[in-house]
Amino acid sequence: MDNVFVYCEIEEGKIAEVSLELLSKGRSLATRQNCSLEAVVIGSGLKDIEKQIFPYGVDVLHIADDKRLYPYTTLPHAAIVKGLFEQEKPRIGLFGATSVGRDLAPRIASALKCGLTADCTELEIGNHTEIKTKKEFRDLLYQIRPAFGGNIIATIINPETRPQLATVREGVMKNEIHSTGHKGDIKEIDYQKWLSDDDFVIKVIERHIEKSKVNIKNAGIIVAGGYGVGSKENFKLLYELAGVLGGEVAGSRAAVDGGFVEHERQVGQTGVTVRPKLYIACGISGQIQHRAGMDQSVIIISINNDPGAPINQIADYTIVGDLTEIIPKMIKYYQKNTK
Amino acid sequence: MRGLKIIVLAKQVPDTRNVGKDAMKADGTVNRAALPAIFNPEDLNALEQALRLKDKYPGTTITLLTMGPGRAAEIIREAMYRGADNGYLLTDRKFAGSDTLATSYALSLAIKKLSPFDLVITGRQAIDGDTAQVGPQVAEKLDLPQITYAEEIISVGKKKITVKRRLERGVETLEAPLPLVITVHSSAPECRPRHAKYTIKYKHARSLGELQDTSEDYLQLQKDRPYLLINEWSVTDIDADLEQLGLSGSPTKVKKIENVVFTSRETRVLSPADDDIDNLMKELIEGHTIG
Repeated sequence: MDNVFVYCEIEEGKIAEVSLELLSKGRSLATRQNCSLEAVVIGSGLKDIEKQIFPYGVDVLHIADDKRLYPYTTLPHAAIVKGLFEQEKPRIGLFGATSVGRDLAPRIASALKCGLTADCTELEIGNHTEIKTKKEFRDLLYQIRPAFGGNIIATIINPETRPQLATVREGVMKNEIHSTGHKGDIKEIDYQKWLSDDDFVIKVIERHIEKSKVNIKNAGIIVAGGYGVGSKENFKLLYELAGVLGGEVAGSRAAVDGGFVEHERQVGQTGVTVRPKLYIACGISGQIQHRAGMDQSVIIISINNDPGAPINQIADYTIVGDLTEIIPKMIKYYQKNTK
Repeated sequence: MRGLKIIVLAKQVPDTRNVGKDAMKADGTVNRAALPAIFNPEDLNALEQALRLKDKYPGTTITLLTMGPGRAAEIIREAMYRGADNGYLLTDRKFAGSDTLATSYALSLAIKKLSPFDLVITGRQAIDGDTAQVGPQVAEKLDLPQITYAEEIISVGKKKITVKRRLERGVETLEAPLPLVITVHSSAPECRPRHAKYTIKYKHARSLGELQDTSEDYLQLQKDRPYLLINEWSVTDIDADLEQLGLSGSPTKVKKIENVVFTSRETRVLSPADDDIDNLMKELIEGHTIG
């Protein structure tokens, strides 16, 4: 009762990275509130799964192992998590902000009539005094997230309802092993009583890996390259940086004509107009036709060995130098400062 | 295959790409009046999926349902111009301040009133909140199965539908019974533009609220062509429990709002030295630009 719960996603016998990050965060939230950390794993063929989970400082592992429960489908997982939450009454429930967690958590919140905050970037414990009634709430979960297209950062609380539910994206929290020798209890969930045949009406016919289509128009972060990148080979660096930052790669017309990058990624008057939060222009001189397609970006960084490149006039930051030296450093220091 | 009855849920959203200083009210809720309003992009992807089913299965009808202030009738008209058949606007001051739970409660009551139906299709999430919660919560309240993150409705058979769903690293194909709630991902095809024929037909479609200060001629036109009426429903029309609406029906509260301050357009010149790059990345992380 009154503990911190983490719903763990599982893919081919392995706990998802985002779930391990949540367990790490869950451990510190539980310690801060002097309660236990409990993990929920629902799937099939889960023998020895605790070995992946206990090192994160999990005190209790709730497990439902049944071949009908993998791959994930909404209804049986929702029925089991709802039943378990009603029985165990957690104070906090955490889910990955993934196509599974964002499918499941709202359904649970609706069924339990409790609050849920999506895509949190920080989770903290704090107190709250309601202004009107002067009512005091101790040890609430502060769910901090960007909203409004990233223009504001909001702190959301659920003063009255339990559990306090939140989803968090992969890569936001650190993945930290608590102690390799840590052992907790395993509890088999008595899940059959919560399931009915109606929960299995949706069938997964087929699943396969498939890259999603290029969509630079809606990207929040864009790493763009121009003719100055020099080669298709050097463009790999841009892909690496975009991958780390969670952005997309784009190119100027000159880079597309030079065969460094495909046409769908072209920014500018004859390409796509973009307005991301961050536009990193690498080796782009910044002809007016290119600037017309990106000058509404919120923050522009220009990396160019020519200090007089026209793009620098509209950039917030200009780094003068060799991009093959600068980009790896950006990756390095991004990782250092986030993890 | 018979025609389907489809309800498309859509939201008029502030264009978060054009946010000014007065965008938020003191209580932390959005000051919608101060922002340009647009048809939520993924709801347009959802509408397109519905329109494709209408192309494929003659006799299909599309009803657009939205909740919002009076001016949200604009997106119902916009949907009609592209091929939707009619629309309902849930509008009442008592809905104000609703979080996703209270919103899905209200929408689910309206959907029940529009029963029977085969499909509820909506966008995965709206750009003002990016929560992706209303679709699944509506499904739960209707006690229906759901398919979220849909990229394509592949086929509809008797009582059965096949849908492709977008995952982080791949896709999956699901088979589900009808009725069903589907939320559509932005990787689905973009919505078709307005159709000239429908734009002329529905040009004078108006909600009751919009008709209040209008001329006699207009009222007569509406009487002669009943399809021009955009239906308006209030709290009483959907028989809602007031406790479950607005701020009292919303378990989540906004404790604090922090504006992300954008730096001025003065260029700062950095060197490739480690310190400079380290500081730059720190600044971007602290400013919530990345991370």
